[in-house]
Amino acid sequence: MNTESIVFIVLAFFVALFSVLSVTTKRIIRAATYLLFVLFGTAGLYFLLGYTFLGAVQIMVYAGGIVVLYIFAIMLTGKTDKSKQYTLSLGKRAAALLAALIGAGLLMFVIISHQFVSKALDANITNEAALPISVIGSTLLNAGEGGNLLPFEAVSVLLLACIIGGLIIARKR
Amino acid sequence: MFDFSIVTEWINNLLLTLMPQWAATLVECVLVALAIITLYAVFAIILIYMERKICAFFQCRLGPNRVGKWGSIQVLADVLKMMTKEIIDMKNVDRLLHKMAPFLVIVASMLTFSCLPWNKGAGIIDFNVGVFFFLAAGSIGVVGILLAGWSSNNKYALIGAMRSGAQIISYEVSIGLVMLTMIVLTGTMSFSEICQQQADYGWNIFRGHIPALLAFIVYLIAGNAECNRGPFDMPEAESELTAGYHVEYSGMHFGFYYLAEYLNLFICAGIASTIFLGGWAPLHIVGLDAFNQVMDYIPGAVWMIGKTFFVVFLLMWIRWTFPRLRIDQLLTLEWKYLMPLSLVLLVLMAVCVSTGLTL
Repeated sequence: MNTESIVFIVLAFFVALFSVLSVTTKRIIRAATYLLFVLFGTAGLYFLLGYTFLGAVQIMVYAGGIVVLYIFAIMLTGKTDKSKQYTLSLGKRAAALLAALIGAGLLMFVIISHQFVSKALDANITNEAALPISVIGSTLLNAGEGGNLLPFEAVSVLLLACIIGGLIIARKR
Repeated sequence: MFDFSIVTEWINNLLLTLMPQWAATLVECVLVALAIITLYAVFAIILIYMERKICAFFQCRLGPNRVGKWGSIQVLADVLKMMTKEIIDMKNVDRLLHKMAPFLVIVASMLTFSCLPWNKGAGIIDFNVGVFFFLAAGSIGVVGILLAGWSSNNKYALIGAMRSGAQIISYEVSIGLVMLTMIVLTGTMSFSEICQQQADYGWNIFRGHIPALLAFIVYLIAGNAECNRGPFDMPEAESELTAGYHVEYSGMHFGFYYLAEYLNLFICAGIASTIFLGGWAPLHIVGLDAFNQVMDYIPGAVWMIGKTFFVVFLLMWIRWTFPRLRIDQLLTLEWKYLMPLSLVLLVLMAVCVSTGLTL
């Protein structure tokens, strides 16, 4: 077992633990904090793969995202009141369980049928040197072969729509 | 220039002869972590002493002068006092989050601290997107601050944390844009390459002349706000919020916030000296070869730390000169003046670089 697999196992355990904690905790701020750790663990996996740009993006976007989530949680929820706590009916629980099982089954089917693990072992992937930032930049803003200009612009339009929507909601009448 | 990677490679080879690869990596990680923590503590002590003395001189006082010669071991005594103080457990707070928040702040601070290039070949975290990683790691700190304010179950702490969140998120926009301006000039995001370029072709602030100088000023303002320091210390404005987000913390948990505040000041200054003032690159003047030769004999780490303390002094000068802003003035300054200015600077720098107007 080499160093990378040890680090991978630690990170995977970290991600799994905090994923479970973030859905089982009853306090919303704690759930958001555990979610933050899950996302940091994912960033750690990207760094392990030598994908530093994506790892840094992951930390930057989600640290900011979790802050916004905190603010929403603080502003939109009051004191936790036991009497008002929402309980699921038995039928809904069964439906949720069924949906979770179907989702897990589907994912397992895709993973096993494509044989990612054996292919990765066959290819014996080694960490290539990290991509230079100029390559990432020109790929991101390239309209030609393999370029990502269209999704990039689509995301900008989405963000613009969010800003305008926010302004309309927040403006004084 | 002396290349520090000779030393690190010698240590690496020595460890590899004694133990397998993974153990060598582990030992190196521990050694580097110890070095970071030691430097962190030492710089914090120096900075706190410096702040108290400079503050005193600006206010025509003497400052600490009882413990040791010129009060030089006053801060050490304070550190010992802080470490022996009780950490008070409170009722009606979210204990776990309350105890975790200072660690988030200090981890973010240490991560950004280890991005600084100390010498040629002595960068700890250094890869192709170093500047971007620095910004990302820096944004973890605000999570800790917000968490501290909420989990304290105290309205002053919550207001302080909310102000701090708004302030840091706003000023991060300017910092990001100003850094982008300098990246346009250097064409790389790795701290070691940025420094190497400046050692070869001159400091960025001279190469980028007008836009770089303006960007430096914007960076100093935004950086001061990012560290929650006066004139932007609204989150902990003691006259209205007692102490802001860390009002409910005691002992070393409070100490962590205090430490992180001073080290964030140091990191802010360190990054300013790296991307504007050349990092470990010595001062060279074209045509004065003998002068350049002498400057080359001064080690890179001395240049780096010297420049950083120069910028720290500038920031302290600002802090003790200007009165505190109101929260709405603070946000107006960022969104109506600094951010448009940094956007203009970005375009100006792009024009300068593409038409070859840089030196």
